Amino acid sequence: MPLDTVAQLVPAVAGLPFEEGYVSSVIFVSLYVSLIAVTLSTLFSIPVALVMGFTDFPGQQFVKSVINTGMGFPSVVVGLLVLFAVSNQGPLGTFDLIFTKQAMIMSQFVLATPPITAISLAAITGVSGNVRDAAHALGGTRIDVALVVIKEARYGIATAVLAGFGRAISEVGSVLIVGGNITSADGISKTRTLTTAIQLEARQGQYGTAMVLGAVLVALVLLVNAIVVRLGSDGVSGR
Amino acid sequence: MSKQRNDGHDGTASRRAFLAAAATGVTGALAGCAGIGGGQEEAAGVAGETLTLTTTTSTYDTGLLDAIHPDFEEMYGVSVDAVAQGTGAALETARNGDSDVVMVHARGLEDEFMRNGYGINRRDLMFNDFVIVGPESDPAGIQGMGSATEALTAIAEAEAPFVSRGDNSGTHTKELNLWEAAGTEPGGDWYQETGTGMGEALNIANQQDAYTLSDRGTFISQRSELDLVILVQGPIGGGPEILANPYGIMAVNPGVHENANYDLAMAYIGWITSPETQEAISEYQVNGEQLFFPRAVSEDPDFQQYVPEGWSSNSTDG
Repeated sequence: MPLDTVAQLVPAVAGLPFEEGYVSSVIFVSLYVSLIAVTLSTLFSIPVALVMGFTDFPGQQFVKSVINTGMGFPSVVVGLLVLFAVSNQGPLGTFDLIFTKQAMIMSQFVLATPPITAISLAAITGVSGNVRDAAHALGGTRIDVALVVIKEARYGIATAVLAGFGRAISEVGSVLIVGGNITSADGISKTRTLTTAIQLEARQGQYGTAMVLGAVLVALVLLVNAIVVRLGSDGVSGR
Repeated sequence: MSKQRNDGHDGTASRRAFLAAAATGVTGALAGCAGIGGGQEEAAGVAGETLTLTTTTSTYDTGLLDAIHPDFEEMYGVSVDAVAQGTGAALETARNGDSDVVMVHARGLEDEFMRNGYGINRRDLMFNDFVIVGPESDPAGIQGMGSATEALTAIAEAEAPFVSRGDNSGTHTKELNLWEAAGTEPGGDWYQETGTGMGEALNIANQQDAYTLSDRGTFISQRSELDLVILVQGPIGGGPEILANPYGIMAVNPGVHENANYDLAMAYIGWITSPETQEAISEYQVNGEQLFFPRAVSEDPDFQQYVPEGWSSNSTDG
């Protein structure tokens, strides 16, 4: 039961005036959506960053400016665009994705990709040419070289992933639009995340409860950061 | 995607309305629908399906839906996804075919929705009323005025701070209708559009010693945290009929959106307008006060609930 595990991680939850299972299910949805979105985004972004770091192709500057624009792209507009895409009227209307976690993952993927790509790219171009030349000289294939570079740039890439995760999990506007902030009648969240739960509490004027949920969200972000940093330092040392 | 269900309920006493609901036998309902909803049940009829309801913030934030929905979910073995958006947005979502049934409170907008063919089988559901609330000091002197329009005119003349929802919700629509009826164009520094839900608008009014128009339900739900008082009553408190707040329910027309879950929407409308659920609505209380008054079941039903108001059989509009 992942929910129970998550609930135990956040003892503060015990004091909240909610039905049992509500807060842990909200935390679960937050993590589920953001972690999947950031994982997919990372798998997409790092190859893109590698290609951009290793090769020269026409239009590279244009791609770069698209990525940089994406970093500052208003998330609520991303939410609107995803809404148009998954709405019954939209091109993906047949899949019935509106008000589901999948739609939220789509919008968070779009949000997390630019920062992950841009920061990874900076880290990858920062790996010195000597390392690349050495890897090539030792008869490495392109894949081998890429792996060596990723290993060298892992701290930068970890920072990139964290930046993407931070943007995804703290986002409220777009997941509210495409997810609908739904819980079932038994108080178990379907598409309600910590951020939209906070928005709901604020809408009802329950500022105290909103603050506690805010503290839970901050704690969660710190926890994930700590885990990623920990993994980074436990990784194979570069020397 | 399997839903994690949790059958434990502690029924902790709290301010939160839906906890009161938890104590009224949700546990039994839960036991009934554990494992259903999200699973691909090979059951006859509608079991295992999901109904998407778009509704107003007032029905959701008062905790009413959380209190009554378990009964429906158990009866049909389905789950209800309630999306609280405000009347304008709820209708727009339904227009796009992204919901199956709508529960809103702005008759003019509902009629437009029906005339345009998006909605079908409208029923009167329940009513409560609007109240004008403000600081006890009452700078505009509207206390006890029998007329909402006179009260708004007095507020405008005194240029006393007034908080408007400004979000195209049912309450906001009503407020604009009142200004129109009063023949006053609100504007100036004293008139603040917040674009927030009712609860937040009440909080803002509270912090600024401002007047606002609120549905009675949300005001009662939050009264313990507010210094605001009711200055002009709606019809429930003996006030003018113009402050009535009727809620309607409509199915999304499957002829326009074939993906609409029409059978389940009609099951829902049948259930929510049944004597039993109407009874449950009238029994739902927050802070010891009844919030919603049933309207669907009557010896003398209002024919206008089935058609747009003012409709006549020889009218030419389609």
